[in-house]
Amino acid sequence: MSPTNLLAKADTAETAVPAEISRSLASEVMERSGTNLYRCYHCGSCANGCPFIQAMDYPPHMVLRLLQYGMREEALGCKTIWICVGCHTCSSQCPMAINMAGIMEVLRHMAVAEGVAIAKPDIFDFHEEVLRSLERYGRAHKLGIMWRYKVQTRRWLSDMDLGIKMLAKRKLDLRPSRVRALEEISQLFKCYWRESS
Amino acid sequence: MSTLNQTDFSYFPGCSLATTAAESNLSLMKAARILGLNLIELDDWNCCGSASAQTLCKSLGLGLAARNLSLAPAGRPLVAMCPRCLQYLRNAQKCLREDPDTHRALEEQWGRAINLDLEVIHFMEVLVRYGLGRLKENAKRSLQGLTFVPYYGCSVFRSPDRERDKYFQGEMENILMALGAKPVVTALSYRCCGSFLSATSPEIVTPLVNEIIDSAVLAEAQCIITACAMCQLNLEIRCTAGTKIPVFHFSEILALALGAEDYEGWFIRHLVDPRPLVQKLARVA
Repeated sequence: MSPTNLLAKADTAETAVPAEISRSLASEVMERSGTNLYRCYHCGSCANGCPFIQAMDYPPHMVLRLLQYGMREEALGCKTIWICVGCHTCSSQCPMAINMAGIMEVLRHMAVAEGVAIAKPDIFDFHEEVLRSLERYGRAHKLGIMWRYKVQTRRWLSDMDLGIKMLAKRKLDLRPSRVRALEEISQLFKCYWRESS
Repeated sequence: MSTLNQTDFSYFPGCSLATTAAESNLSLMKAARILGLNLIELDDWNCCGSASAQTLCKSLGLGLAARNLSLAPAGRPLVAMCPRCLQYLRNAQKCLREDPDTHRALEEQWGRAINLDLEVIHFMEVLVRYGLGRLKENAKRSLQGLTFVPYYGCSVFRSPDRERDKYFQGEMENILMALGAKPVVTALSYRCCGSFLSATSPEIVTPLVNEIIDSAVLAEAQCIITACAMCQLNLEIRCTAGTKIPVFHFSEILALALGAEDYEGWFIRHLVDPRPLVQKLARVA
């Protein structure tokens, strides 16, 4: 998908936001990420280097622009924050050394906490399945994660051949490897908010 | 104790090496044994939190990584093989240094000290300390004639506030050149492999992986050698390129150079069979 024309979007009445709110969103993100997002002068180096730009609705620096404009809904509801895997290619190319992946991480936390509609629910579901596995065993059990992820997203047939190949190569263990002191793991999960268990 | 003579290390395998990339773990253990390095698995370790915990809940990610730090005995560095685990463990250490309250709370929760001066390093850093000269003396199989793409993926990139950390960029070339192999530097060595998107969005990852493999083939490399177990998996399972070349874990090539013969069990787990290439390597008397 091509990046949305940000200026055209900002012109519409429903997305126009007063300046105070704009500053509060930007300062909240700056405080939580420890990164000054006003350092960004939109050179686009992050977008040039990002391997996943094709799958994003906004290039990374445009997400910073959304924050600068105070466009909360757009920033927390965009696909970009979920597509970002945190590879830090952008940060390593940024002339202003902005921790872009760190900002994306903060935005994901905010989106989850505020119950915003997740733009990439399948990616969110995958992370949830990984966490279920970690809660249950303390370690990631990949076969279980993929199985439940398939149930959740109802994408039964995709990757079936690959799954069989990986089982044949003994790359997917049937039984999970687990932590003995599981109570120490479950204590850690008390802080974690989730929709369903 | 001088770092050069240190032989005992705590070892954090991580979920990939414990399961899907068991061949990386096996070959690493083999190489370490030959070199006289004692990698002692961290007792009852748990997942470092990986991308998923960091993505959904900050304190959960921190807690999971920190528990591993609390399990590491004093007096020996903690060694990780997976670059991402390494980063999450180091990040947790940094977070706790800056947040004494959480540090204390977690120590009380587990009744164990979390040593914030614990050295957390990658196995390649262990080899550098061991010394390339000594490493060469232990070589039993020459890597002469082997051309490889050193593939780090995104593992050497990190957030700007961690830029000054000691890292292992370039070490794969240094180590394998000392053992006779020839690096090809014109391919995509630092392009991200797609990480967890490989599970959720193969349509995004496949073109990226094909680009990486094609770049290696075009540069006339015989194989790709990865620093990261997840990269190795993604490069193999998501590749639909016409010409495929073997993708090794760094530890496999290291163990081969050190004379390992029990590699059948590692290589049957590969999707592209590396054995024809391995059989061409000559023994050093």
